[in-house]
Amino acid sequence: MRVSYKWLQEFVEIDISPQELADRLTLAGITVEGITEPGAGIEKVITGRIESIEPHPNADKLVVTRVNTGAEQLQIITAATNVREGDIIPVAVEGARLASGLVIKRAKLRGVESRGMMCSGQELGIDPKTMPPEEARGIMILPPDTPLGKDAKEILGLDDHILELDLTPNRGDCLSVLGVAREVAALLGRQCRVPQPVFPELEEKIEDQASVEIEAVDLCRRFVGRLIKNVRVGRSPLWVQQRLRHAGIRPISNIVDVTNYVMLEFGQPMHAFDYNLLKDGRIIVRRAREGEKIVSLDGVERKLLPEMLCITDPSGPVAIAGVMGGLATEVTEKTSAVLLESAFFNPISIRRTSKSLGLRSEASQRFERGIDISGCARAADRAAQLIHMIGAGEAVTGRIDVLPAPLTEKVVSLRPARVSYVVGVDIPAERTAQILKDLQFKVQDAGEELLVTVPAHRVDVSLEADLIEEVARMYGYDRVPATLPYGQSTQGIRTREQLFIKRIRDYLAGAGLYEVVTYSFIHPRVFDRMNLPQDSPLRNTLKIQNPLSEEHSVMRTMMLPGLLDILARNYSRRVQDGAVFEIGRVFYPRGAESLPEERMVLAAAAMGSTPGSWNMAPREMDFYFLKGILERFFSRIGTRPVQFRAETANPSFHPGRCASLEAGGVSLGVLGELHPDVLEHYELPDRVVGLEIDLAKLFEISGNPVQYRPLPKYPGIERDIAIVVKQGTPADGIMETIRKEGGKILRSVALFDLYRGEQVPAGHQSMAFSLQFQAADRTLTDEEADAGVQRIASALARRFGAVLRG
Amino acid sequence: MELKLRKLAEEAGAALAAAETLEELNGIRIRFLGKKGEVTQVLRGMASLSAEERPRIGQIANEVRATIEKELAARTALLKNRLKEKKLREEGIDVTLPGTPVPGGGKHPLSLVLEEIEDIFLGLGYSIAEGPEVETDYYNFEALNLPKDHPARDMQDTFFITGDILLRTHTSPVQVRTMEKTVPALPVKIIVPGKVYRRDDDATHSPMFHQVEGLAIDKRITFSDLKGTLDLFARLMFGEKTKTRFRPSYFPFTEPSAEMDISCVMCGGSGCRVCSHTGWLEILGSGMVHPRVLEVSGYNSEEVTGFAFGMGVERVAMLKYGIDDMRLLFENDLRFLRQF
Repeated sequence: MRVSYKWLQEFVEIDISPQELADRLTLAGITVEGITEPGAGIEKVITGRIESIEPHPNADKLVVTRVNTGAEQLQIITAATNVREGDIIPVAVEGARLASGLVIKRAKLRGVESRGMMCSGQELGIDPKTMPPEEARGIMILPPDTPLGKDAKEILGLDDHILELDLTPNRGDCLSVLGVAREVAALLGRQCRVPQPVFPELEEKIEDQASVEIEAVDLCRRFVGRLIKNVRVGRSPLWVQQRLRHAGIRPISNIVDVTNYVMLEFGQPMHAFDYNLLKDGRIIVRRAREGEKIVSLDGVERKLLPEMLCITDPSGPVAIAGVMGGLATEVTEKTSAVLLESAFFNPISIRRTSKSLGLRSEASQRFERGIDISGCARAADRAAQLIHMIGAGEAVTGRIDVLPAPLTEKVVSLRPARVSYVVGVDIPAERTAQILKDLQFKVQDAGEELLVTVPAHRVDVSLEADLIEEVARMYGYDRVPATLPYGQSTQGIRTREQLFIKRIRDYLAGAGLYEVVTYSFIHPRVFDRMNLPQDSPLRNTLKIQNPLSEEHSVMRTMMLPGLLDILARNYSRRVQDGAVFEIGRVFYPRGAESLPEERMVLAAAAMGSTPGSWNMAPREMDFYFLKGILERFFSRIGTRPVQFRAETANPSFHPGRCASLEAGGVSLGVLGELHPDVLEHYELPDRVVGLEIDLAKLFEISGNPVQYRPLPKYPGIERDIAIVVKQGTPADGIMETIRKEGGKILRSVALFDLYRGEQVPAGHQSMAFSLQFQAADRTLTDEEADAGVQRIASALARRFGAVLRG
Repeated sequence: MELKLRKLAEEAGAALAAAETLEELNGIRIRFLGKKGEVTQVLRGMASLSAEERPRIGQIANEVRATIEKELAARTALLKNRLKEKKLREEGIDVTLPGTPVPGGGKHPLSLVLEEIEDIFLGLGYSIAEGPEVETDYYNFEALNLPKDHPARDMQDTFFITGDILLRTHTSPVQVRTMEKTVPALPVKIIVPGKVYRRDDDATHSPMFHQVEGLAIDKRITFSDLKGTLDLFARLMFGEKTKTRFRPSYFPFTEPSAEMDISCVMCGGSGCRVCSHTGWLEILGSGMVHPRVLEVSGYNSEEVTGFAFGMGVERVAMLKYGIDDMRLLFENDLRFLRQF
């Protein structure tokens, strides 16, 4: 909502600057987003009449005009094509300054002197959208009765301040100058003056010529009609046009402009029907019938649904109630009589209709928030008065006012003590009562409580809490002290699960991975990119009915695709080394009626190498890089043993470089190099590794308490053992055998070399382990260590055909 | 013989003074003091001396030996010291070369900010509650005093899965879910960090973003407690000098409602581009829990009051790190992530 400071002053005396007013309003909950001064920077633009237009001697597209500014005749050259002799236009004379900062000087155009410039609306800072289409690109034409030589800023009302309000949805009442003026009056402790419209009426009576019936009494609680005769449709006076423009509304014609003017002024949307086109002058307000259609004012044919409220005449719908009028009964130049509508429609009904038609209008926005039902008649009278004032027509006597049920007043009881209790500061009952009275609530003292009658324009107030808010905001939030709650103390700690997640994040970030955040919704094509078969259960996704694009149209069932996207984006930006991880949720549908299963997943992916340096070679971030990080992490969080089993059937991964992670028969997730097809789909380099782990399952097997083992008191013995085995013999089996055979005295086993090549038979590999023997209770002898090595060697030979090497 | 000894002492002195290496010194030691060394030889020849000469010469010989030994030790120490100094001189490194890199890695700026917010409220006795990201219309809207067809639903453009199931538009549904589980126990003090979704996408909006919700309800919690708590939070989060301002606002699930502004983190309140020259930055929405929300959750709104607040984590992160485009947070360019 854009509100003119000058217009406000018609309702309430304001003795503070627009900026101060804006601050006061903002701190009272009517947020002023900004203040614009339409005429800022404009100087020396005056009104002038074009006396003559002659061709330019040296240019086809220019004309030489004489412009009378009252005091002098100026020769002005223009390229404009929309001006005629006799038009009154804004002229920037020598030394003038325009909204853009342009300064006008005397100049010669193709050899002919020009002493000024005719201005377009835009050059005067007027939004072209609010100009008539033919003037939007040309010179602004002022009404013929405009006096000459006057400051155009004044004539056009540009010397004003426009407050741009960002209203909350509950304050529909402030979608009007009057509504804002009431707030201003309450804030400044002034009266808000609303004069009763006074105007002469024709002798004929409205009830002889028009009638209104409300069939849908649940959707239309009031309908006020006014009949205007002797209508002369034309342009409105400038002051009406400019007030509409300041609010962002394009002037159309005097009658339509008046209905919009009253809407801006009082918040009551109005509509004007061409009375002669209404069959029998009869209005019936009812729900649409099956199959009914209407062409709305914007020229679009709309199908009406039976729930939609319509204004009809005996021949059918003439308007979509509260949303938009019909083209057939539109006010045109031929109109000689109009029926004005000023009604109250059910907010929910208007909202539904406007939504289902995809049609939001200034009217529907006000109706769906709820308007002042007590103000319908006054608004209709105000329109009649304005129409009379600008000479656009004359009202016949009386008005139609159909009220299916009498208006009732809302009375809410308020305990002043409760106000102090909730706000936390002692606000005396008298102060509370005064604040409410200033806001036009009626207050009656009833002992412990106040009986508060809510004015009809405050549709947002119906509970004690609503009144408490009114008092608090007018009392001033800044005057409420800042305290901390007291009471029973509470423990603020993370749950075990939350700590677990935090530790993962801490650990991975410390291990060289960067955390990323990706959208939870993905493109369904990622399943193809990930090589998933058509019947993969992961393709069963939760689909968003109204996605922004297909790119973000289904909820993810896997996280790796998001990380691959990120690596690919970085790769294409020539960031070719990187390891990333994400902790987030995946969503598995559980039927249309239920919420999905949301599972917390850890995913990580890496490409390229760790950064090298002058004293350190870069390390490839391959399968073993991620595996090493996981292994250490598992030991940190105290998981039960996790097995990495060769996984050849996961379609997203390299069949020879993928492991499934299991613990106690439970699958935790997968780690592997991505399948070359997947990498190709993502335009990634040859080798990218990734993992996905179900964190709920990991959490279940973690948290085994750390138990200290005493430090060894006796020296240990180290032995190396190198064996040759067939390639493809899993290392974990060999190491398990070593541990088992080594027995209690074998303290640790480490694989320190793996060799394939000429030194060993084809299809074989050499593996070298370093073994550390140590006893807790004595110094171990060489013989004991040798015997251990012997046991190990023969077991390896037996189980894996391992041959001891040199 | 005495002469010979004196001469040997002189010779040894000269040799020692000329020696430049430890090896040379060792040679000198052997030459003069070794088993077959020259001083030893002289001493061996003492047998031929007379009885009165022997003690005198013996004493001289011992003196000469002691002198040589002393000089030898001094020279050895000197040379060793010289060697050490030379070694130290030669071993100098360029201390300005870069250090051995440790792996990079880091948390996302949103996580950093979230953890900071969490830690502040954990310290104030709040616990962390969580809830589903895919929600029912009931918890996301209805239970929060936002019935169907309420105009305030337009404030949160919603992604729907079905007519009744949607992506939560705020973390507020967890208020009701938590209260339902807790009722009738008091107090309830939680914060709710999490992802939320709205149908917006431009430089200042992302269709997915993060919020932290807060809720404190008890027998007597007031609007002034809300002010005090959030003012404390602002100072802990943005620095001790941060000022706060509360403006009336509207949320269907709180009443009275307030928006909290903080003094601009860039200019300190004097006005700059970041705060649009107002000196203030809007940082969170808050209010006293609406009685209907308390009732829906099973609490008696006459006896129990409380406050709730919600803030956008992206906004806090952008202010804290001076990030000017929200999309950077979701692009995950490693050159961006490495800066945190």
